[in-house]
Amino acid sequence: MMPDLGKYETTVLSAYGVTILLLVALVGLSLWRARKVRRALAAQEERMARNG
Amino acid sequence: MSIWEYANPKKFMETSGWLLPWATILSAAALVVGLVWGFFFTPDDYKQGSTVKIIYIHVPAAMMAINIWVMMLAASLIWLIRRHHVSALAAKAAAPIGVTMTLIALFTGAIWGQPMWGTWWAWDPRLTSFLILFLFYLGYIALWEAIDNPDTAADLTGVLCLVGSVFAVLSRYAVNFWNQGLHQGASLSLDKEENVSDVYYFPLLLCIAGFIGLFLTLVLLRTRTEIRARRLKALEARERMA
Repeated sequence: MMPDLGKYETTVLSAYGVTILLLVALVGLSLWRARKVRRALAAQEERMARNG
Repeated sequence: MSIWEYANPKKFMETSGWLLPWATILSAAALVVGLVWGFFFTPDDYKQGSTVKIIYIHVPAAMMAINIWVMMLAASLIWLIRRHHVSALAAKAAAPIGVTMTLIALFTGAIWGQPMWGTWWAWDPRLTSFLILFLFYLGYIALWEAIDNPDTAADLTGVLCLVGSVFAVLSRYAVNFWNQGLHQGASLSLDKEENVSDVYYFPLLLCIAGFIGLFLTLVLLRTRTEIRARRLKALEARERMA
């Protein structure tokens, strides 16, 4: 299944590896912060509604 | 219906909430199909061997690095001229995506350059202007974090974005301005003679579509987060005042 990358195997795989790592980190951090802020806002709105 | 309706945070949240799942599905599909096609099913280049497969990540990332700055410039101008908060927050949301794309372009370029040019780095016009663009992205993000007042931060980062646009344009046209250095001209051209071969061209187009979709998905998600964070700050301030 894996194509024969010949003498440039390390070069090609490291380029893809770095890219995937950076993209996964970007998506992961974006989702983590989105969830954190959404929860904090919901908790704040609930607290303010409860306290009038 | 006017486009300025989307400057209303409520309208933006409604529309982006509807768009987000579609953008996610379409960009993931384009990215997976494009990368699998390019990596597994395209031949080696007669000159560059299998390193040609790096084109499917390097070119889309470099294109996005420049175009995200252009998007930030447009959003900053809308903020500076019309004072729409959503546009300032969209520019803020786009910057970390832009810096990641610039980093990918720089890393993959260095990795690709080593076997092809015999060096990881050269002070070539395009490489140097890209490095400066990367530093502008870092400065832009740092400036947002350094200023407490969000309107002042949006004003100052808007001005920084205008200045940095010179380097975004230079990154794109550096090869044409100075006909020297190691980096070759554009991989995609309207001139068929200069374009990459069709066997690489179509999967590359799909990867570019995937990167654009990924950017749209993330910028929608991150702008929604910024709008919520701003509302949270306002509510906390109101509670403290009460």
